Amino acid sequence: MNLKLHVWRQPSAKDTGRIESYEARDVSPDMSFLEMLDVVNEELIVAGKRPIAFDHDCREGICGSCGMMINGVAHGPQKATAACQLHMRTFKDGDEIVIEPWRARAFPIIKDLVVDRSAFDRIIQRGGYVSVNTGGAPDGNDILIGKSSADHAMDAAACIGCGACVAACPNASSSLFTGAKITHLGKLPQGQPERDRRVIGMVEQMDIEGFGNCSWFGECQEACPKEISIDVIKQMNRDYVAASARASSNE
Amino acid sequence: MELNSKIPPGPLAEKWDQHKFDIKLVNPANKRKYSVIVVGSGLAGASAAATLSELGYAVKCFCFQDSPRRAHSIAAQGGINAAKNYQNDGDSVFRLFYDTLKGGDFRSREANSYRLAQLSVNIIDQCVAQGVPFAREYGGHLANRSFGGAQVSRTFYARGQTGQQLLLGAYQALEKQIAKGLVTMYPRTEMLDLVMIDGRARGIVVRNLITGKIESHAADAVVLATGGYSNVFYLSTNARGCNATAIWRAYKRGAAFANPCYTQIHPTCIPVSGDYQSKLTLMSESLRNDGRVWVPKAKGDKRPPNEIPPAERDYYLERKYPAFGNLGPRDITSRAAKEVCDEGRGVGETGRGVYLDFADAIKRLGAQTITERYGNLFEMYERITDENPYKVPMRIYPAPHYTMGGLWVDYNLMTTIPGLYALGEANFSDHGANRLGASALMQGLADGYFVIPYTIGDYLARGGINAVNTDMPEFRNTEREIAERTSKLLSIDGKRTVDSIHRELGHIMWDYCGMSRNDAGLRKALELIPQLRDEFWKDVNVPGSDAELNQALEKAGRVSDFLELGELMVRDALNRTESCGAHFREESQTPDGEALRDDEHFAYVAAWEYAGANAAPILNKEPLEFESIHLSQRNYK
Ligand SMILES: Cc1cc2nc3c(=O)[nH]c(=O)nc-3n(C[C@H](O)[C@H](O)[C@H](O)COP(=O)(O)OP(=O)(O)OC[C@H]3O[C@@H](n4cnc5c(N)ncnc54)[C@H](O)[C@@H]3O)c2cc1C
Ligand code: SF4
Ligand code: FES
Repeated sequence: MNLKLHVWRQPSAKDTGRIESYEARDVSPDMSFLEMLDVVNEELIVAGKRPIAFDHDCREGICGSCGMMINGVAHGPQKATAACQLHMRTFKDGDEIVIEPWRARAFPIIKDLVVDRSAFDRIIQRGGYVSVNTGGAPDGNDILIGKSSADHAMDAAACIGCGACVAACPNASSSLFTGAKITHLGKLPQGQPERDRRVIGMVEQMDIEGFGNCSWFGECQEACPKEISIDVIKQMNRDYVAASARASSNE
Repeated sequence: MELNSKIPPGPLAEKWDQHKFDIKLVNPANKRKYSVIVVGSGLAGASAAATLSELGYAVKCFCFQDSPRRAHSIAAQGGINAAKNYQNDGDSVFRLFYDTLKGGDFRSREANSYRLAQLSVNIIDQCVAQGVPFAREYGGHLANRSFGGAQVSRTFYARGQTGQQLLLGAYQALEKQIAKGLVTMYPRTEMLDLVMIDGRARGIVVRNLITGKIESHAADAVVLATGGYSNVFYLSTNARGCNATAIWRAYKRGAAFANPCYTQIHPTCIPVSGDYQSKLTLMSESLRNDGRVWVPKAKGDKRPPNEIPPAERDYYLERKYPAFGNLGPRDITSRAAKEVCDEGRGVGETGRGVYLDFADAIKRLGAQTITERYGNLFEMYERITDENPYKVPMRIYPAPHYTMGGLWVDYNLMTTIPGLYALGEANFSDHGANRLGASALMQGLADGYFVIPYTIGDYLARGGINAVNTDMPEFRNTEREIAERTSKLLSIDGKRTVDSIHRELGHIMWDYCGMSRNDAGLRKALELIPQLRDEFWKDVNVPGSDAELNQALEKAGRVSDFLELGELMVRDALNRTESCGAHFREESQTPDGEALRDDEHFAYVAAWEYAGANAAPILNKEPLEFESIHLSQRNYK
């Protein structure tokens, strides 16, 4: 099939960007979306032009590197699928595809489709961990964890940190990402001692980074390639209220 | 070059404890005076960086992705081994050690493999404490599954995302230290060379991948945890960015490269579908717990699988290896698939594929159980192939997956360069000629959490490490060399893209140095690779400049190193005329086609030493001595 691509090109953070159009010819339905871009890039290089920059690494939907708006939808039209796992059989001959980077104040554009998501790391730094140093851990079976708690924790822990939730949200909120980590650790006994500190720190950092507030549009869970449920945001909010109340009563 | 493995004396089971007692310690108050560079933030690098900083060392950590959480380890699916014997099925440290050694076809160092098995139990405890959501039984206990090459159930897992969860555990530990200001993290930064001063590793030169700026970093010791080099084959199960640059530049600075030809071809991957293909996707080995592998008995049988009656199917693994059945080690299973496809019995359009069939398991256990065990893998398969594995058997074929070879290290994980360490897949130490499933995660974390934190102290405490800074000529000269190399790459302005050359290299490596190798083919590769390298340096086209985010330039640098490493792999394969583990020399096989070792001539580690751009590398040998076990022909029948 042949497609027409309209791609956001922006040489660097300082430059202004604009949409440029390219032909993608002889696209096989078995190609992944990124393989289609690879082929376009090869042609651009041979033609003496600059290839389109985009982040990617595992191409298995797990590293969270890839991510772009495809026809206005984060990661494209297929549900629960990261851009690297999207296959061209989703499209048909003659389609026009608009490809743009994540757009959010907290994710500045670096080049073309590449954005800076380091804000996510800084959110984790505010408590997205269990404070345990290496060594001296008790036997793994000393901490019994019911199957359903373990499964719930795992559902939330599946987040790949791609940022689609932010890109899809009209407020550019990172609540799904943050709620996922809070829920993962909150479901486990290991996460309890720092539960209050964690939620207060991480929520505060979301504000510092310039992410918006959650007003329950629900676009995030629609866009999430790992189907993280919006319930994690409810959990985060509950934890936040409880933690704030405890903090003020301790003062 | 002297290869001193520094294996501690004493009985196998006591070596590590004794060694920990014998090595020198750095006084807690002094640790912050020492700086350590960790290159890599995968399981090995992140665990090392976090732990070293917890101990008090000043740590800088580097990775080329935009966040340390995205290291290739994230993609590991199936699980991590540990000799916990929670299943009461006869496991023990000794059994895990023995399985590892046997799985590696007796080409690994006994003491290292034993230590790995010992430390395996601590890893699980540590990860649980961090909140890694391992699979649990209803009673709340940790669950296990079986993996290839073992007859006990010792693999711990978190759905099909074990690597992700373990890496996030290590990443979170690392972020905790970054938040305290005790680790400085440099994402989107690529190490391009190692700097040596007075014969010691004293720093690295890196390129900031966003600005293109070349920068130097000095330290008292350098740890490379930069992963494996399967991408020399172009198509592999590795993430696209995986590369050999860091270890290759270290090799060219004097670190010996051990057993480069030991590369693992994983039996269960989705077959190649077209020329545009950019990577091959692994279907976890854990699937072989319940899936049955077969091909039609008749050549060229093109009927759809469900129309082929059981009597006309060849469950060749169960037939040839009744004791291990579908759960044989990877090298043997991969070669068996190649063999049936070579016979013309392969399936799918290309004929390079075999079935992995879940119909019996679904009948026995119900689709629900299968979904619980492998749901995400089935989905991934369907997304890629557009076929539903609940209804039609998966098609799979072997693909390059893991490299057992790597930088030579001693028992302390130090390379032949003083002060330079190699961890995880980047070193060669524990898996011999073939790695068992679920053992790479174990090794990366053992190295990072539990080995290097002890052994690096010994080096630092011995003293003699002078103060250095990045204004010294060694740093400045290396920066200049890097800048020259970069401008050379950008100035060639030829006709071939980096990818097209990389793909061609991949074909050469796969055809002549892949699943089976022979003298004539390897000699042919030794002609082809230097020709391709010349072509690269004459005719490659790298667009853009060095002062920006330039992904083509990044790739060009990595491919230029693969073009050299590929040749060393071929030399090593040519030298080793025996078959062992994943290294199969057609000239050396048993009457029924299994790998035939030659212990008399090849019970050694081949450690290659760089001798200059225009000279053949020098082969050094570390003899392998086995005290606790008896060398045998591997038998999985
Ligand atoms: C698809 C797949 C599934 C797997 N499943 C399993 C499994 O179930 N069980 C198991 O035990 N093993 C499994 N493995 C193997 C295992 O995942 C790897 O061997 C292991 O994760 C390697 O970890 P590492 O820390 O050594 O390196 P990696 O995780 O590869 O990390 C390398 C790090 O080095 C950095 N780096 C590399 N070069 C440079 C440079 N020049 N400059 C700066 N930084 C650099 C990268 O950014 C990255 O942070 C699997 C492998 C694959 C491909
Ligand atoms: S919650 Fe989903 S969309 Fe958001 S970062 Fe995680 S995986 Fe991506
Ligand atoms: S490239 Fe890793 S998730 Fe898409």
